[in-house]
Amino acid sequence: MRILVPIKRVIDPYAKVRPLPDGSGIDTAGVKFEMNPFDEIAMEEAVRLKEKDPSVEIISVSVGSAECEEQLRKSLAMGADKAVLIESQSVLDSPGVARELEALVRELQPDLVLMGKQATDDDNNQAAQMLAARLGWPQATFASKVELTSGSVRVVRETDTGEETLELSLPAVVTADLRLNEPRYIALPGIIKARSKPLERRPAAVNAAPKTRIVKFEQPPTRSAGKRVASVDELVTALKDRGVL
Amino acid sequence: MAKLLLIAFQPSDALMGAGFAQDLGLPFDILAVTGQVDVDLGAESILSAGLPDVPPADGMALSLVSVCSGYSHIACVASMRSKDVLGRLAGLLDAAMVTDALGLQSPTLFTRPMVAGSIVATVEVLAEPVVITFRPAGFSKPKRGGSSAIETAALDGATQARRISATGRSGGRPDLSQAKVVVSGGRPLKDAETFERLVGGLADKLGGAVGATRAAVDSGIAANELQVGQTGKIVAPDLYIAAGISGSTQHMAGIKDSKVIVAINKDADAPIFQVADYGLVADLYDALPELTQKVG
Ligand SMILES: Cc1cc2nc3c(=O)[nH]c(=O)nc-3n(C[C@H](O)[C@H](O)[C@H](O)COP(=O)(O)OP(=O)(O)OC[C@H]3O[C@@H](n4cnc5c(N)ncnc54)[C@H](O)[C@@H]3O)c2cc1C
Ligand SMILES: Nc1ncnc2c1ncn2[C@@H]1O[C@H](COP(=O)(O)O)[C@@H](O)[C@H]1O
Repeated sequence: MRILVPIKRVIDPYAKVRPLPDGSGIDTAGVKFEMNPFDEIAMEEAVRLKEKDPSVEIISVSVGSAECEEQLRKSLAMGADKAVLIESQSVLDSPGVARELEALVRELQPDLVLMGKQATDDDNNQAAQMLAARLGWPQATFASKVELTSGSVRVVRETDTGEETLELSLPAVVTADLRLNEPRYIALPGIIKARSKPLERRPAAVNAAPKTRIVKFEQPPTRSAGKRVASVDELVTALKDRGVL
Repeated sequence: MAKLLLIAFQPSDALMGAGFAQDLGLPFDILAVTGQVDVDLGAESILSAGLPDVPPADGMALSLVSVCSGYSHIACVASMRSKDVLGRLAGLLDAAMVTDALGLQSPTLFTRPMVAGSIVATVEVLAEPVVITFRPAGFSKPKRGGSSAIETAALDGATQARRISATGRSGGRPDLSQAKVVVSGGRPLKDAETFERLVGGLADKLGGAVGATRAAVDSGIAANELQVGQTGKIVAPDLYIAAGISGSTQHMAGIKDSKVIVAINKDADAPIFQVADYGLVADLYDALPELTQKVG
């Protein structure tokens, strides 16, 4: 059983970010970069599946700049057996990422691709579904529980109205939602120890032309602080005056 | 030819999406996957598939491929379902995709939020077709009138997934993403029963929906599907009442389009007060029952 876990390097999800003054990008000065939190959950899930079944092999992959090595090292420390860095100079959109991942999947033939539901920088929520479509594999997005059986995977997934349970034949693509698990904490020594694990670099295979381009980055219209009310009575009056009660 | 197919997995998607369709300015058809949609929303045709329910994403997306041929734009109101299915459809069509469009400047220029709503990006679409999920709040109220032709559509893609069970929306409360009033609770609500009594009680009095923070959902006091925020539901009610909610960036990302935000928090320095229209520094255990009693 082989599991592929795609990992994106993203702006620290807890950092306050703003656009550059000229709107040409995001001001990343002094901002840390982290493993996309949903990919960390996917990675944790893969490790738990391996703990149950030691024959599971985990390969992590990141598409991007050389700096993605930092996040791949962390995935190795969490329990991946091997990592692949697909180096791409240009920042790819989700269709572009899906195509690079597709090429790798066709080569490595994993039984399961476990990825994040969305990258917290672009908030696209696209790459996994596009990858599954290109491969013709079944998909289960927003997973909150994953169980492997022989030849299939059973996934409890969150939906707009609650949850549903799907059984997918393998190979399949599954994306992690927040409640799938709580990733383990990896201390720095663990990351240093994982330095002996293999990390392969290779150039992007497809280099697809982008299908979208961001032409402007702006600050959203901000809401400003309104009025403090001193009591529930004052609140009720204010809301009535405002016409929302 | 430039034309939009508006996908309605359920009839309310058509109602919520017609404003976007009209604002886009292209001729459009509506695909009604389940149920029947209104004929006066401005569509040229309504393609009615009449499915009893929406199949798993792989089968659903596959059946959409042939229906989508000839359209330059394919769009649906943003929801977990539309992201699941339309992402896959975009993959099958080798299409461009725009998630969570907030507004549009032209049929190839959309604004959308990124990084938990800290950035609004203007996205230029460079390829055709383009698949779009959008948030209705930023688009016009649809003008009604006329009458669309009704045709039938066959959706019969095979799925490789087996649906073993599914839960529907519980209770008689309105749908969070469409509600006019939303009352949300956060971490300090003690347990599920207290949450339901205090937050649910006020919501019911106002005829509103109930929402929650991730902290409340994670600690088991509120159901998953009630989570509001970057990774939960996006709401846009006339009135949003946040009780015992600190106002994290991720939570704010889901409530920014609310007309009026009320914050009830016992910490006068809670960040939520910086964005609330009305702030009440109080213990929610006192304020919520009193408010419930005094409204309506
Ligand atoms: C990738 C990612 C995605 C996330 N997505 C979401 C999301 O979609 N939605 C979301 O909500 N969060 C999300 N979060 C979590 C978010 O960062 C916050 O942790 C969460 O929103 C905090 O919830 P809270 O306000 O209930 O809890 P807290 O931050 O603990 O705030 C509780 C508040 O209650 C007040 N309080 C305490 N007791 C009382 C009382 N008796 N009466 C009145 N007030 C009281 C306190 O003063 C405090 O301000 C996400 C985080 C990450 C990393
Ligand atoms: N550059 C990348 N490298 C590796 N995986 C990625 C990359 N971009 C996106 N992904 C994967 O695709 C998921 C969805 O990303 P997105 O479509 O950008 O929201 C992420 O959670 C990752 O698992």
